Amino acid sequence: MTRPPGTPSPGSPASGLTLEQRQTYWRKNLNLTLILLVIWFVVPYLMGIIFSGTLNAVKLGQAPLGFWIAQQGSIYVFIILIAIYAFRMNALDRATGVDG
Amino acid sequence: MSVQIWTYILVAVTFSIYIGIAFATRVKDTRSFYIAGQGIPPLWNGMAIAADWMSAASFLSITGIIAFSGYDGSVYLMGWTGGYVLLALLIAPFLRRFGKFTVPDFVGDRYGSNALRALAALTAVLISFVYVAGQMRGVGVVFSRFLNVDITTGVIIGVFLVFLYASLSGMKGITWTQVSQFIVLILAFVIPAAAISLQLSGNPVPQLGFLNIVGDLDNIQRDLGFSAYTAQNKTNIDIFAITMALMVGTAGLPHVITRFYTTPTVQGARTSAIWAIVFISMLYTTVPALAIFAKTSLIDSVENKPYASAPAWFKNWEKTKLVVFTDKNGDGLMQYKPGAAFLKTPTGGNDFTKPDPANANELYIDNDILVLATPEIAKLSPFLIALVAAGGLAAALSTASGLLITVSGAVAHDIYYKLINPNASEAARLLAGRITVGLAAMLAGYFGINPPGFVAQVVALAFGLAAASFFPLLVMGIFDRRMNWQGAMAGLLLGLGFTLIYIVHFTPSLGGTGTPAGLFLGISTTGIGTVGMLINFIVAFTVSRLTPAPSAQVQELVESVRYPSGTATGAQVH
Repeated sequence: MTRPPGTPSPGSPASGLTLEQRQTYWRKNLNLTLILLVIWFVVPYLMGIIFSGTLNAVKLGQAPLGFWIAQQGSIYVFIILIAIYAFRMNALDRATGVDG
Repeated sequence: MSVQIWTYILVAVTFSIYIGIAFATRVKDTRSFYIAGQGIPPLWNGMAIAADWMSAASFLSITGIIAFSGYDGSVYLMGWTGGYVLLALLIAPFLRRFGKFTVPDFVGDRYGSNALRALAALTAVLISFVYVAGQMRGVGVVFSRFLNVDITTGVIIGVFLVFLYASLSGMKGITWTQVSQFIVLILAFVIPAAAISLQLSGNPVPQLGFLNIVGDLDNIQRDLGFSAYTAQNKTNIDIFAITMALMVGTAGLPHVITRFYTTPTVQGARTSAIWAIVFISMLYTTVPALAIFAKTSLIDSVENKPYASAPAWFKNWEKTKLVVFTDKNGDGLMQYKPGAAFLKTPTGGNDFTKPDPANANELYIDNDILVLATPEIAKLSPFLIALVAAGGLAAALSTASGLLITVSGAVAHDIYYKLINPNASEAARLLAGRITVGLAAMLAGYFGINPPGFVAQVVALAFGLAAASFFPLLVMGIFDRRMNWQGAMAGLLLGLGFTLIYIVHFTPSLGGTGTPAGLFLGISTTGIGTVGMLINFIVAFTVSRLTPAPSAQVQELVESVRYPSGTATGAQVH
């Protein structure tokens, strides 16, 4: 593997980021990921499956709510989760000031 | 004009586009061949990912499966979309930053183990082949129904077409044909669905229209003796496990992950994940709505109607044995009731000479016809019916090409170049890639013409294997710096081994002798990948903590995929 001349080895102390910057970057990434994964779990698995029977008492048009979350709602939530992750992380990359 | 003439026209036009793109994007180097020169903008990569992902099964079968299983079918909807959250958050951006050619590439380098690289390459080949056979079969089914050629000829045409553009222009050509195939398949799915939605619910948006009629369908089904459409029949734990296995399996499918290698930057990989889930959701939120419309109009057009005056679509599909009627009570009317209309053959198929006397159901309707038949059932125009056929072909071909390039990468890049002949020249590697695409296409065609009796069951196998192998292997490789090859290998062997043995044991057509009563916690074979994944994680963690930490070089590689460093932006040559 060759690198473009003049660029430092990735991850080594010579890379564009200080140790502290790297730790902050990784902590922010992990925090964001954790929050989004909790929602990723709660909506389909708890609302769409485990407690869907209870939620079915509520109706959306003719559709029971638990059924609707399992067949529609959770998919819309997935779109939002991925979009939030991409926007936040791409912004963090820009704020950190290095590409890639 | 008739449906057949429209189909010929649409197939000729779309196939010409695919071939034209292949010639326009011919490649001469391995970097273009395997990762499209990392020059695919996120929006277009999102479309290519969507086409790569949405297979003949998504397009043709899932609507039918959901129509016949109601709420329980939600596992496919949540599973095959929710997996993208895991892919986007836990895998794609990091593997893009790593920036090489294949998924086994990462496994081999990250764990510093050629044994793991070889095992990963073999698993990738196995998963991809399981998948590709079904795609070729889908091509054959569409050809035989709409163009009056036999399935074999249809499969041969499909194999030749995919081979042509995959070997000529590799990932680059595949990407741009997938983009065009996405446009064809999504129009072919959404336009007829909107027409049917307008007809049945008064609202042209299927996602809203079904809210007006799903309660009516619940009532119709109860009147006929079925359970309500929106009612749950499987146990919570089984639905939970199946959904999880499909999600995690999705995130571990090598042919999908590889598509994220093709963007110019890491940020582009993240953005293409947004586009991908948006485009995939266009189909996956329409599917459950269409399933409800299809089920309603199906029951409406056949239940208690005289067989002698059955609609034309019914007669057409009867010829293919995908719709079969038996007059159990001899009243000349078609009764659609719960239970299987026919007894099973010893291999698990239907024995159409033996009606099942235990129930009053007189109709066998195959899952696979619903999407193709619904436009006819709803009496849409011949053009729209033909468009659905072209869409089915686009879905099958786009997924098949993505799988073939993955097989080629695993065999020609990981096994031949990395393990057998590291001194191979660029030209020799490219030739090896093209030859493997050809061989893989022929083998896939063979399985399309002579499908093993267990095609439906092996889908469980593909997701189970991916869930128990690649997903833990990749996630631990990125998020646990202390993970070493000893842990990864032990976890992989036990997780994968458990999943394989469980699926074979409980699948009669694979020679298994297990009975449903013996299932672990009642978890069916489709869901067992969840347990396999947990075994992999637990074993790998334990073993890695009892063995030495990985080398400094490996730990530095883990660091390098986590943080932006400036080096992964530009082209990495290797």
